[in-house]
Amino acid sequence: MASNIYDTFVASVTQWIHNGLYHLLPPFWALLVELTIIGLVFLLFYALVGLFLVYAERKVCAFMQNRVGPNRVGFYGIFQTIADFIKLLMKELVVIKNSDKLLFTLAPFIVIIASFMAIAAIPFAKGLHAIDFDIGILYVIAVSSLGVVGVLLAGWSSNNKYSLIGAMRSGAQIISYELSVGMSLLTIIILAGTMQFSELVQGQEYGWFIFKGHIPAIIAFLVFLVASTAETNRGPFDLAEAESELTAGFHTEYSGIKFAFFFLAEYMNMFIVASIGATVFLGGWMPFHVWGWSGFNQVMDYIPPSIWYIGKTGFIIFLMMWFKWTFPRLRIDQLLNLEWKYLLPINLFNILLMAFIVLMGWHF
Amino acid sequence: MKEVIHTPVPSVEEEEYHINMGPQHPSTHGVLRLVVTLQGEIVMKLKPHCGYIHRGMEKMCEKDTYPQIIHLTDRMDYLSMHINNHAVCLLVENALQIEVPERVKYIRTIMDELCRIQSHQLWWASFGMDLGGLTCFFYGLRDREKILDIWEESTGARFLQSYYTPGGLMWDIHPDFQKHTKEFLKYFKKKIRDYEKILSGNVIFRERSRNIGLMTKEEAISYGVTGPSGRGSGWSCDVRKHHPYALYDKVEFKEILYQEGDTLARYMVRMDEMYESMHIIEQLIDNIPEGDFSAKMKAVIKLPAGEYYQRVESARGDLGIYCISDGNKTPYRMKFRTPSFSNLSILDHISRNLKIADLVAIGGSLDLVIPDIDR
Repeated sequence: MASNIYDTFVASVTQWIHNGLYHLLPPFWALLVELTIIGLVFLLFYALVGLFLVYAERKVCAFMQNRVGPNRVGFYGIFQTIADFIKLLMKELVVIKNSDKLLFTLAPFIVIIASFMAIAAIPFAKGLHAIDFDIGILYVIAVSSLGVVGVLLAGWSSNNKYSLIGAMRSGAQIISYELSVGMSLLTIIILAGTMQFSELVQGQEYGWFIFKGHIPAIIAFLVFLVASTAETNRGPFDLAEAESELTAGFHTEYSGIKFAFFFLAEYMNMFIVASIGATVFLGGWMPFHVWGWSGFNQVMDYIPPSIWYIGKTGFIIFLMMWFKWTFPRLRIDQLLNLEWKYLLPINLFNILLMAFIVLMGWHF
Repeated sequence: MKEVIHTPVPSVEEEEYHINMGPQHPSTHGVLRLVVTLQGEIVMKLKPHCGYIHRGMEKMCEKDTYPQIIHLTDRMDYLSMHINNHAVCLLVENALQIEVPERVKYIRTIMDELCRIQSHQLWWASFGMDLGGLTCFFYGLRDREKILDIWEESTGARFLQSYYTPGGLMWDIHPDFQKHTKEFLKYFKKKIRDYEKILSGNVIFRERSRNIGLMTKEEAISYGVTGPSGRGSGWSCDVRKHHPYALYDKVEFKEILYQEGDTLARYMVRMDEMYESMHIIEQLIDNIPEGDFSAKMKAVIKLPAGEYYQRVESARGDLGIYCISDGNKTPYRMKFRTPSFSNLSILDHISRNLKIADLVAIGGSLDLVIPDIDR
């Protein structure tokens, strides 16, 4: 198996570092150094993905709007986002009079920590994840929903009515749509019989869950796409920002690096949601295999698992950008109607359907 | 001890609060300030505060000669600049009873309709943006550039051209004018289908605009809401039909009327008007007669003493100019009845008990131009 080459490479590098550290240092310090290395790697990864996604969004939206997009700083403007972040770093941090200063400062950190924690559980390739919980999906859902606390605090502490309206909207929105995200993932958990990410991916070796579970899995995937776009406050569901109504919604009063935190967290949330979608529905890092076609499978295995993972995640991210740049925004009552009157009943029915299909053994 | 002077705060019911939309706000399209009283997200009442871009245009007119006044009217409703110029020119020509050459009438009608198309394009662009569809903004502005290019060739300016003069035009049209206009019509007929795909046919857009901001015909008449906004409520108020000027009695065109009176109806009126304007231009563009581009005018224009009123149909509605002359080269008194000002007056009435997002949609559908309100 060709993918074994990549697997063994990742495993041997990590093993080499691990053995080296334990050889040199006492166990406690070795563990500490290991954790620090992992933290730094994730921090770097986080920043790079954020920068790349901002650049990608600019190029995609420029493409859809008959524009060129950034093309001045660096080759095809690839350093534009870096230049922007340097600018944001150097900007003054405006503190508003009569604002709750502690909460005002705390809010962007909560948002960014929530998205940072969720990354830990995502498998990028075989064995390439920080931690492999046996309740992986539950953990990711739980952690990513912490972000709404930051948004609410930001709106409340800004002492600005626009921010407050935006925060209240986003509170109602995220809490409602979390149900749909959770339930659409639950549909697949019924099929897979596990919540652990590594086992979920392994279970898709011959056929991704979207093919295995056919009708209910496709419905669940569509619901997941809509609900996760809403949960990340993006696309036609960006009511919390709604720049034509609330100027900038919950982050109206933020400037400099604090604003950059919100900005980065938005893109990272999109990345996390797309990763979960790719892992649960489209097989994560697992190449496209067909049962019995061993020659075809071997060719597919020559593509490294991380490329598969990035391709699938990128596809979902592109879909979400497509939504954003073609749809007008919903109104708050329509948004809640969509969730409570359409998506939730569809989801509940879909879970029953999936359970029935699994019981009867009608899946592939 | 010094007494503290409190500025009076508007009365607030329980659980209500005020929010200032504007003068710096993305969806007021300029320096309009709306003091909105909200209960949660529901608009209880709103109060427009005008005057942030008031330039005293009517008073300035009393010092200016008639050809100079034309340059002021450009800056009134900057999206129907030609039509505003047309109103002043017609006022002077009718007062002096000058017959302008046929060629001038043709060119003016074509220019007016091009002006209407580009105004509706920009409105479509910004209306899409108000509803959160940012891509619309770029589509609309991209196509508007083509019209500005045509104008630049013939008039020498892209935005505030002041192309019309009493008795005719500033210059003759460019030799390529007809060719480029026809090219534009061909191009835009293709592109306007994109407009319908991306916004008119979109489910979210239809849900956002249907049954929002309902205005009955009676309300439209009593508030004086003219133009596409009034015709969306079924009020037949097109000046081009009822009091034809230039060539509007010769060309064939429909007056677009919708009965629903909601935001969607006002949207559809403007979309259909773009087709009608293209239809008018198509009838005229090949038949522009040869001749002078201006009638013989005296160096100093003096209107005979008396009162004059001239109406034209601008892209926003009924533009009226009321003028009192005492026989001098400057008017004694000039008053503009601008459509945006009357259209703004109904905003409070039709947006009550709706959400703040609906207020933005309704404001967009009324197509307000703020310098037109404040003058």
